[in-house]
Formats: sequence, structure tokens, C-alpha cells
Amino acid sequence: MKRGGSNARQPKVIPPAVRLLRGGPLAGCGGVGNKSTSSSGSGNSGSLSTQGFGKPDDVGQARIDAFKAAYPNVSLHINEGDFDPQQFLSSVASGNPPDLVYLDRNLIGSYAAQGALQPLDEELDKVGLDMKSYRQPAADPCTVNGKVYGVPEFYNTRNILINGKALAETGLTSADVATTDWDKLHDTARKLYKASSRGIARIGFDPKLPEFLPLWAKANGAELVNDDGSPNLDDAKLVEALGYAHSLIAEQGGWSKFKAFRDTWDVFGSGNEMVKNQAGAFPWEGWYVNVLVQASPDLDLQCIHFTDRQGNPISFCDGSAWCIPKGAKNTETAARWMKTVTSTDTWLKAAAAREQTATKNNTMFTGLWTANPDADHQIKDKYVKPSNNPGFDQAVNNYYASTEYAFAIKPSKASSEIKTAWTDATNRVLSGTQTPAQALKQAQGEASTAFASAK
Amino acid sequence: MTSRRRSEGLAALGFLSPWLIGFAIFTAAPMLISLYLSVTSYNELSAPRYVGGANYQHLIHDPKVAKALTNTLVFAVMYVPTAMAVSLGLAVVLSRVGRLAGFFRTVFYLPVMTPTVAAGALFLLLLNGQRGLVNRALLLIGVHGPNWTTDSAWIKPGLALTLLWGLGGTTVIYLAALQQVPPELYEAAALDGAGSWARFRRITLPMISGALFFTMIVLSIHALQMFDQAYTMFFGAQQNSTYANDAALFYVVYLFQQAFGVLRMGYASALAWLLFAIIVAITSIQVRLSNRFVYYEGGR
Repeated sequence: MKRGGSNARQPKVIPPAVRLLRGGPLAGCGGVGNKSTSSSGSGNSGSLSTQGFGKPDDVGQARIDAFKAAYPNVSLHINEGDFDPQQFLSSVASGNPPDLVYLDRNLIGSYAAQGALQPLDEELDKVGLDMKSYRQPAADPCTVNGKVYGVPEFYNTRNILINGKALAETGLTSADVATTDWDKLHDTARKLYKASSRGIARIGFDPKLPEFLPLWAKANGAELVNDDGSPNLDDAKLVEALGYAHSLIAEQGGWSKFKAFRDTWDVFGSGNEMVKNQAGAFPWEGWYVNVLVQASPDLDLQCIHFTDRQGNPISFCDGSAWCIPKGAKNTETAARWMKTVTSTDTWLKAAAAREQTATKNNTMFTGLWTANPDADHQIKDKYVKPSNNPGFDQAVNNYYASTEYAFAIKPSKASSEIKTAWTDATNRVLSGTQTPAQALKQAQGEASTAFASAK
Repeated sequence: MTSRRRSEGLAALGFLSPWLIGFAIFTAAPMLISLYLSVTSYNELSAPRYVGGANYQHLIHDPKVAKALTNTLVFAVMYVPTAMAVSLGLAVVLSRVGRLAGFFRTVFYLPVMTPTVAAGALFLLLLNGQRGLVNRALLLIGVHGPNWTTDSAWIKPGLALTLLWGLGGTTVIYLAALQQVPPELYEAAALDGAGSWARFRRITLPMISGALFFTMIVLSIHALQMFDQAYTMFFGAQQNSTYANDAALFYVVYLFQQAFGVLRMGYASALAWLLFAIIVAITSIQVRLSNRFVYYEGGR
């Protein structure tokens, strides 16, 4: 991919008094933009502020370094901290937004409809960034009413991670954990589940509700969002899928015990739920393999694909995207940032940094999964090597494979409200206040109202 | 009006003006703007559009408003009497510990200084139904504690428990009130043969009824505006939607979600005015009833 913007132009100088006037009286209200130094720049210069990028790790830092090396005249201000809707919207409303915002792709539809983001087509043309270079399930949520509002970055897919120790204890195999035969999965969950007088000792199979409902829906042939972006939450197949996934929890102690036990897991530590034999199996995103390999490299991990009821592998994908808020000043440089940090060259540098970290920590490199398929293929070829733990190797291969068939929730101008509706509905079912049919009917009503009122 | 009185009036106005200006800018003006926004459709990003009473009409049909109101009122009924009883009990104990009173007063007040967000996160661990310290302690006396943070039936009691931790302020008010009760009243009652319970009921409670009434009003308003702990514990983790539970959907949490989650500022303003009306109504009833029970020294 061609890196844009190497031809340096002189920075545009704006008198301080003009900058003050442009800032306006509301500039201080919740804004995060670099208001004292923000300038429109020329693509290669000026100031560039971001919001929501968090505290960059080795992969993030490598990409920041790549941008700085390509654009040394740009003054970069990374506002550390996760994306905060309130902070973001108040900064846009006050006319002092950052130049870039980093957020969940599923939020783009709603924010674009509300006018909080600006279309990127023109800026992307200027810097020569083609959205076709990204995976379609990642690019689709970034496009609203035919206009591009975001550039996708990571690509999180789901597979089933299995605790080999629990399998061995119960005499089961990884094939027994397959999600194709729902009756058989019930039996497997029951066998893997363990309880004592103190409560639950091991969750057999965690369906990961409410967040993975789209996966169970797809497995049963349902879509949460129609092709036109309208909600489809009262679909009988979705009701059945939610009912089934909930029944898995109900027979493993019920939600209140199940959830309370799950909250005790040391998910990121060396005493994680796999090491402590507190979990049998669950679907999870690929990044968790990297957590496990760092925290517990000797773990007996197994991994299989999540399948639909016909046995076809399926995976639900989501991830982050870079967007330009309404009112952002340095849009051309922002577009150059988007292009640079998602280019194949930059991802390769990030992979090199991660590989160095893995070598330093004496662990394996588990791969990077991005919205850029070219980068993924090159990283896999260059950096992913067999380790001495076949379970982790299998997991890494499965996550790479699932990038080829993963689906995303269809884009909608009410994407955020639809997600809130199905998440709340699932929580009502889990807490026992409504049946799946009642909850999803209410969710459909809420989401339809939001969709109808979205512009 | 004499010139002296006029100049005194102007001086008083001068001294009051910082507060008056602050009130006008930071309280009265936002309230009026909120009243105006409540009859508009407004999302911060475009100009408000007048919609008449549509927001108020929608309040009636929104099932989450009914749910949030019910949760909030149930919580207030659960929390206010418990908080008053516990604070009074602590204050009575504190009033009898002699020289150590200062130390314990500080200890009881310390939780008030703890950020509510930190306290919320802490109580998620303490109240965990499977491995939390609260249930472990209960198990020592043979009680299997509930799942405070995940069982819908126990979420509100769990939150009330969380708030009891920060009752230092109320306790200090009661302690001050207890110390104002003239000891000769107790001596006279003791000479007349009154037992400790009779003295507490016939002397202490009436003499501190002003403080009890004040704290009842303040705690009621606090309960009706419950937000920090509920939001932190059940709705704040954007990456983890599994904590969200309708049983913890308090009115102000829902208002916040509507205002800053989906930018329905007009609707959120209507929600705020409904809460204001409810608080005014409840407080008016409390004030009216207080005339029968509250003893004011030198008053009726």
C-alpha cells in the first residue's frame, strides 16, 4: 500500500487572536481537542489530537512511531483513556472536538446519523485510501447511507477455547463441545459443570451472554439487523437462540450464581479460570489467546470453531475504527493518520514489536488480527511460528482461519440503539424478569422507535 | 424608607450578590433552560425543535420510566429508615464511648471521603455471592448469603448496604443532636423510675426529632437521586454489559443514559422535571407530617 503525504508543505501559520476567535466561548466545555495549537495543517503538518485510543501497548506504540517517522512535522497529541461517549459528544457539541476519535465500529451508524461524525470520502480520496483494501465485514459498519465514516482497524473474531484438563477429567473430547448439535452441547455442559456445597466450582460451557448473542442468532439462522438497517429483534429464530443459550446457563446454577462465580475469575492473571480449572469451555475473541499464553504458557488449551446448526464454521467479528468528528480541524492529516496506522507496512512494524515483546517474555507470538487482510497474511507468514504447545498453535490457526468467514452485524443508522435494545433484552431474560419472546418483543419496539426517528 | 435603611439594604444586597449571581447563573438559568428543553427535541448537535408535550406524553408510555421509578421508590423505602436507624444506633454508641469518641467519629466519617466510584468497585468484590467477604462472614454464623450483585431480588438491598457504609455524615449530625439533650431531663426521668428504653423513647427521640426530620428529608432526596454506586456497579463498565440489570435501573441512571448515552436531551429534561415534581411532592408530605412529630425548642 502506498504511503501518502511525503511531499512536505509549509505549515499554515494562524495568528493567535484568530485561533482564539475560532475556539469560541464554548471551546472549554468538555472539549479534548488541542484548541491552543490546533490548525488545519496541510496534511503533513499542524497538530493532530486523538480521543479513545487508550494507553497504547507495544502494537499501538509501534504504529504511533511509524506515523511520527512519516510525518515528523505533525504535533501529535494522544489523549490517553478509553472512548467515553459523554466526553466525545460534549466535545463535538462545544465545537472543540479532537481531530480523530477511536471507537467501536458498531457505534458509527448512530453517531453518523446524529451528525457527530463527518463523511470521509473526500479526505480518503485525497490521501489515496481505498476502503476495498479492508475486509468487507469491517468496512460495512463504517459505511452509512453510502458514505464512509470510519476506517476499520482491529478484527476480533470468536472461536471456542477449551480447558483440556476439564475434558480429560470428564472423558470428553473437543468434538463434544461443538455447537452444531444443541442437545449434545447441553449434555457436554452438564458433564463439564461442577458444583459443591460452596457453590459452583466449574462452569461447563459459558455461552457468553449477552455480548455473544449475535453468534447464537447466526448459528440458528437469524439476523439481528435487516439489510435496510432496521431491527429484526423479534425474529422467532432469534427468540429460539436466546432461549437456548439462556437454558445453558439455567442448568449450570442459574444466572445469579453463574455470573457471581464468573466474576471471581482472575481472567488476566496467572491464576486464570483455565489454570484453576474453573471453566470448561467458552467462545472468546482472539486477543484472549495472547493473554493466556502470557499468563499461563503451559496451559492445556484446545480450540475449535464455533459452528452453526448445520456444522458450518461461523464467527462474529467486531472491532474499532478511526473516525473524524464533526468540526475537526485537521482533517487531511487525520486521513493520513488513518491510512498510515492501518497500512500493511505499519502493521508489519507493529507485529515486529509484538514479536520482540514475546521473545523478551519467552512466550510465543500469537498473531495480530486486523481489518487489513494483506497485513494479516504477511504477518502470519513472517512471524507466526509453531511453538512447543500444540494447543496454542491450533488456537492461533483457528483465529486466522475465522477471519476469512466471520460476519459482522449489519450496519444501521440506529446501530447503537439496536445494540442497547438486544443487550438489555438479554439481561432481562438472564435476570428472569421476562421470557425471551417478551424481552425481544420489547427490544424490537425500542429499536424500531429509535430507527424510525434516526435521520 | 430612611436613607440609612436604604444604605443598609444596599449593603446587604452587596453582600448577598455573590450568592444571588451564583444562584442565577448556576441554578436558576440551567433550570429554566432545562424546562425549555423539556418541550423540545434536542441532541446537542443541532438546534432544539419544539415538540410541545410529546416528551411528557412519552414518559407515560415508556416502560423503563415505570421500572426506574418503581426501583427508585422501593429503594428509598428500603434505605431511608434503615439508614436512619443504623446512624442513630452508631451515634448512641459513640455518645457513650467517652474519650475514644473523637477517634471513632473520624473512623465512621472516613468512608464519606472515599470516592463513590472506588466504593462501588470495592463493593462488587465484597458482595460477590460466591466468594465475597460479606457472604463468607455470614457463613461463619451459618447463613448462606444471597447473590447480592447478580440476583434481581437482592440488588437493591445490596446497594442499600453499600450506601450504609457512608453514613458518617448522618451519624455526626445525630451525635451532635444527642449531645444537646439536657442531661437533667434524663436525671429527672431516672428519679421517676423510667428505664433506659423509656428514657430513649420519651426524651431522646423527641429532643432529637429536629435532626431526625432533617436527615429524613436529605436521605430521601439522596435515595431518589441514587446514581453513583448503581451506575458504577451495574452500568459503568462499557466493555462489560453483563453487569447491567433492570433491578438496578434507577431513575437518574435512566435519565443519564437518555441524556448522554443517546443524546435525547429534551426527553432527559422532561425526566428531570418529573423527578423534581416527585421530590417536591414527597418533601411537602414529609413537612406536613413533621408538624405532628417534630419538637422545636421554643416553638409549638
